[in-house]
Amino acid sequence: MITMKINGVEVKAEEGWTILETAQFYGLEIPTLCHHEGLSPYGACRLCLVEIGEGAKAKLVSSCTYPAEEGLIVHTDTRRVIKARRMMIELMLSVAPYSKVIQDLASKFGVTRMRFTIRNEECILCGLCIRMCAEQMDGKAIGFQNRGYQRKISTPFDIRSEECRLCGGCIYICPACQLRCQGPQAETALCNACLTMDPTCLDYYDELQCWMYDAGRCGTCVREKK
Amino acid sequence: MKRLRKFKNVEDLRKTIQQQEATRQQETKKVITVSSGTCGQARGSQKVIEALKKAIKAEGLKDQVILRITGCHGFCEAEPNLIIYPDRIFYQKLTPEDVRTIVQETIKDGRVVEKYLYRDPRTKERAWYENEIQFYQKQKRIVLGDNVFVDPTSLLDYLAIGGFKPFLKALTEFHPEEIIQTVKKSGLRGRGGAGFPTGVKWEATRRSPGDIKYIICNGDEGDPGAYMDRSVLEGNPFRVLEGMMIGALAIGAREGFIYVRDEYPLAVRHVTQAVDQLYRTGLLGKNILGTEFSFDLHISKGAGAFVCGEETALIASIEGRVGEPRQRPPFPAQKGLWKKPTCINNVETWANIPLIIQNGAEWFSSIGTAGSKGTKIFSLVGKINNTGLVEVPMGITLREIIYDIGGGIPEGKAFKAVQTGGPSGGCLPASLLDLPIDYESLTAAGSIMGSGGMIVMDEKTCMVDVAMYFLNFLRDESCGKCISCREGTQRMWEIVKDISEGKGKPGDLELLEELALATKDASMCGLGQTAANPVLSTLRYFREEFEAHIYEKRCPAGVCKSLIRYVVIPEKCTGCEACKRACPTQAIQGTRKDVHLILYDKCIKCGACLEACRFEAIEAQRDEAIIIDKEVRL
Repeated sequence: MITMKINGVEVKAEEGWTILETAQFYGLEIPTLCHHEGLSPYGACRLCLVEIGEGAKAKLVSSCTYPAEEGLIVHTDTRRVIKARRMMIELMLSVAPYSKVIQDLASKFGVTRMRFTIRNEECILCGLCIRMCAEQMDGKAIGFQNRGYQRKISTPFDIRSEECRLCGGCIYICPACQLRCQGPQAETALCNACLTMDPTCLDYYDELQCWMYDAGRCGTCVREKK
Repeated sequence: MKRLRKFKNVEDLRKTIQQQEATRQQETKKVITVSSGTCGQARGSQKVIEALKKAIKAEGLKDQVILRITGCHGFCEAEPNLIIYPDRIFYQKLTPEDVRTIVQETIKDGRVVEKYLYRDPRTKERAWYENEIQFYQKQKRIVLGDNVFVDPTSLLDYLAIGGFKPFLKALTEFHPEEIIQTVKKSGLRGRGGAGFPTGVKWEATRRSPGDIKYIICNGDEGDPGAYMDRSVLEGNPFRVLEGMMIGALAIGAREGFIYVRDEYPLAVRHVTQAVDQLYRTGLLGKNILGTEFSFDLHISKGAGAFVCGEETALIASIEGRVGEPRQRPPFPAQKGLWKKPTCINNVETWANIPLIIQNGAEWFSSIGTAGSKGTKIFSLVGKINNTGLVEVPMGITLREIIYDIGGGIPEGKAFKAVQTGGPSGGCLPASLLDLPIDYESLTAAGSIMGSGGMIVMDEKTCMVDVAMYFLNFLRDESCGKCISCREGTQRMWEIVKDISEGKGKPGDLELLEELALATKDASMCGLGQTAANPVLSTLRYFREEFEAHIYEKRCPAGVCKSLIRYVVIPEKCTGCEACKRACPTQAIQGTRKDVHLILYDKCIKCGACLEACRFEAIEAQRDEAIIIDKEVRL
């Protein structure tokens, strides 16, 4: 067992766990888009950033790829982390503004500005689909092409891959492209409707049907507002 | 070349080294050393060599001179050049036509031909000998210095300067632990940029459990304007290989890889030949010199991705995967190549090892500062008189490098900034010229040591343009894995591009700074973590220049095309028509001896007229028309 500290609390992690897994085991929430239990960690979305170490040596690392280490000191929500995380969300929003998942994240983490020119690519290149295809579906039909700003996901030579069985695993796991934001300002770059939303579900149910992090998922209040 | 034979044992090699050294010392013939690295060849050294061979033959001097074709001598400005030993007469900027005179006059009659000598750009005096040249005087060329004495394709030449003595010493006199302790005590730090103590890395790799261990030589040098590693690999490959062999002994590795980019064909060729010769002489392979020590070396050619200089990406590339960095830990010393403990060092680091073993840790640590020991090779390029590779002791100031060694800025222009550490480094202003160079001081100033690129900029350089150039490089070379680096560099480039085009708006600088800090903080590997340096350092030292672009729509240096237009200053124009001839779009009107005029609708702002004019009659001015247009739109 590895003993370490997350947010001042002493926690125990099993050998081979990452910081993210340890945090999740203890019920601490760390946002992430490119991580999935069934797939190998990748560390592309940089949302699961946590601060490790103390003082001048403190640095940010992606908790999904950083192994739990004996005596490690982790803080999941420092000012530095939040600042970086907000910028990541803003960057993602600028390339996939119609994604409900990202719009929700923006609302949840208080991203209230979007200062970049929109490039509607609907893909944040988290690589989940590629790993899904290779690791779970044994397909390896898709992969990354190019590097840097030209990077994209495609099949070899941009033609239909013989490896592809049209299983749909890639679409199933995509965090960005499937759900469209249905909010009243869905057409704008930054909706933020969930932020100021007055849940209408209480008019119909005795219990609140969603919390911030699931806001609007049922769609009731949004529809009512329209 | 003499046929190489296999060395039977340690004694055999030792004897051969002694023999070679003795022959070299007793040499009475004149030696003509021609610099013929990639840069030399690009400037025509091969033709000079051909002419030289012919001239020697024609004069019947074949038995009286030795022609040695070496790697880079470091003085790029003076290529192609040659040094005649034992007098050390230095001739520069030669053409094949000059060679005949040199052979006749200097070799045959012993007279120095003045016109080919180096002329100091400031004192206008000619320097006869290599050691009189200011460029070489302040340098301490412990790694590069031997380039002049060895033919990089000849093992015997390397043995003649005492090569493989350090290896023999390490093999016979040292316990592996002792080698590591020596390297540790020497204070050698990684020359690739991060400056991690080499001895500590070796020790970690040695202590890592496992029988199979690897060592790697990182020769993936991708910084624009940097070519230290190339020159070391080209000019003295055996020194690097010897360093690796000593490292293998110390770490307990049996296999090593040299990762060199394929864009360095000469370096690849020389290293391949060197490895081949070592195999043939039994210095590589199984049971080297009849001892227990076995070591194999492979050459792995990189496809030119900048990010593959990052160690985990490099390892992935050798393994045949996409060159993408991964999270450390586990560090390569724990789990590297094929998940085995791996020690990866830069070319220059490996090249320092034989020197440390031969001369001792104390000798090495006597050079440099408290925290950074030894020397560092910088490639001094840009707006500087003496372009070239300079090897200087750590702790030397930027001023000494730029003014004493580099000979200052050409055409009497003023120094503006120096960019150190390649694309991920920063721009340091004139106020920091007296900064002593070591790992810590450069980091504190917002730049990095990097692998040793040093780009000098004069007053005619626009810092917004510089930041844009490096960001463009980085957005292209980022592997694209982390969104922070991929989108961060792209968005930073977009903002800076807008600023340079006069589309900057209030708030841009704040956003740029915020984004730069986030990119620095959130990225996984060294590329992303330093990608913000060009922006942060230019913003730190040249903020007013950015502000001039944004608020006044003015480029103070007159570089950013969208904000300037070229005008002829009537008082200075002599009507010589030089600009008219240089203009590719016929945008310049005017007859001879009459003041010229630039037609703005035809002008594409290429700047050819500015370069062509010898009377400073053409100036880049703020383009009022565009500014009014922009202001209306704002």
